[in-house]
Amino acid sequence: MATMLDLIGALLLVCGTAFLFLGGVGLVRMPDTYNRIQAGTKTTTLGTLLTLLGVAFIHPDWSFKLLLIAIFLLFTNPLSSQIMARAIHRNGGDQSPLTHIDRLAEDKGR
Amino acid sequence: MFSSLFTRRQWVLFSALLLFWLILMNSLATDVLITGVVVALLITFTCGNGLTFFTEFRWSREAVVAGFLYYGYFFSELVKSNIRLAQIVISPSLPINPGIVKIRTELTSQMGRLMLANSITMTPGTLTVELDGEWLYVHWVTVEHEDIESATRHLAAGFERYLKVIYG
Repeated sequence: MATMLDLIGALLLVCGTAFLFLGGVGLVRMPDTYNRIQAGTKTTTLGTLLTLLGVAFIHPDWSFKLLLIAIFLLFTNPLSSQIMARAIHRNGGDQSPLTHIDRLAEDKGR
Repeated sequence: MFSSLFTRRQWVLFSALLLFWLILMNSLATDVLITGVVVALLITFTCGNGLTFFTEFRWSREAVVAGFLYYGYFFSELVKSNIRLAQIVISPSLPINPGIVKIRTELTSQMGRLMLANSITMTPGTLTVELDGEWLYVHWVTVEHEDIESATRHLAAGFERYLKVIYG
C-alpha cells in the first residue's frame, strides 16, 4: 500500500515539476514584464501545489505543514504579483508592442 | 478577561496566528507556547486592523456552502487556465494578444473585492494591475473581449457568483 502512495506521490511530483519547468520557459519567452509575471509567477502556483501534494503522499506525516505552506502561497502569491504589476505600470515600465489595448493608461493618462 | 481588551477582529487574528504557529512548530512545550503568544500579541496590536480572511464574512449556512463551492470552482479554473497558458508558452509561434482591460465588479465589501482581484490574479493568463473602487484593471495575455460588459462576464462573473454570497 505504501508503494502505491509513493507512486501517486512521484507522479504528482513529476507533474508539478513539469509546470514549474514551463513557467521557467515562459519567463524566457514572454515579450514584456506583465507577460513574464503571468508565466513566471502563475504557472508556478499549480506547479508548487502539485509538488506539495506529491510530497504529502510520500510523507503523510508532513501533511499539516505542507498545507500551511500551500495556504501561505495562495495568500502571498497574488498579492506580490499584483504589486509588481502595479508598480511597473505606475512607473511606465516596458510594454510589448503587441499590447493593443490599455484601458488603465487611457483612464489615468499614464 | 481578554474580551474587553480585544475587538472581535483582533481575537480572530490572534487565534489564527497562534494556531498557525503551533501547527508549524508541532509542539506544545512552554517556550514554544510563550514565544507564539508574545509574537501573536505583537502582530495583533500592530496590524490588528488589517483585513483578514474572516473580515466581513457572513456567518450563514449559505456563505459556508458557497465558500466550499468557491474553492472547488477556483481550483478547476486554476488547472484549466494553467494548461491553457502552458500551451501558449510551448507553441513555437507564441500566440499571445496582450492588453489591459477594464472590468466592473458588483461586489461592495472590501474583502469581497480583494478576493475577486486575487482570484483573477491567481488564474494564469489574467493579472489584476490596479483596483479602483468598483473598477478593476486586468492584464490579459489573450484578450478576447475589449468592452467592459463582456470582459466582466468572462473574467469575473464566475467568481462573483460565490463571493456575493460569502462577503456581499
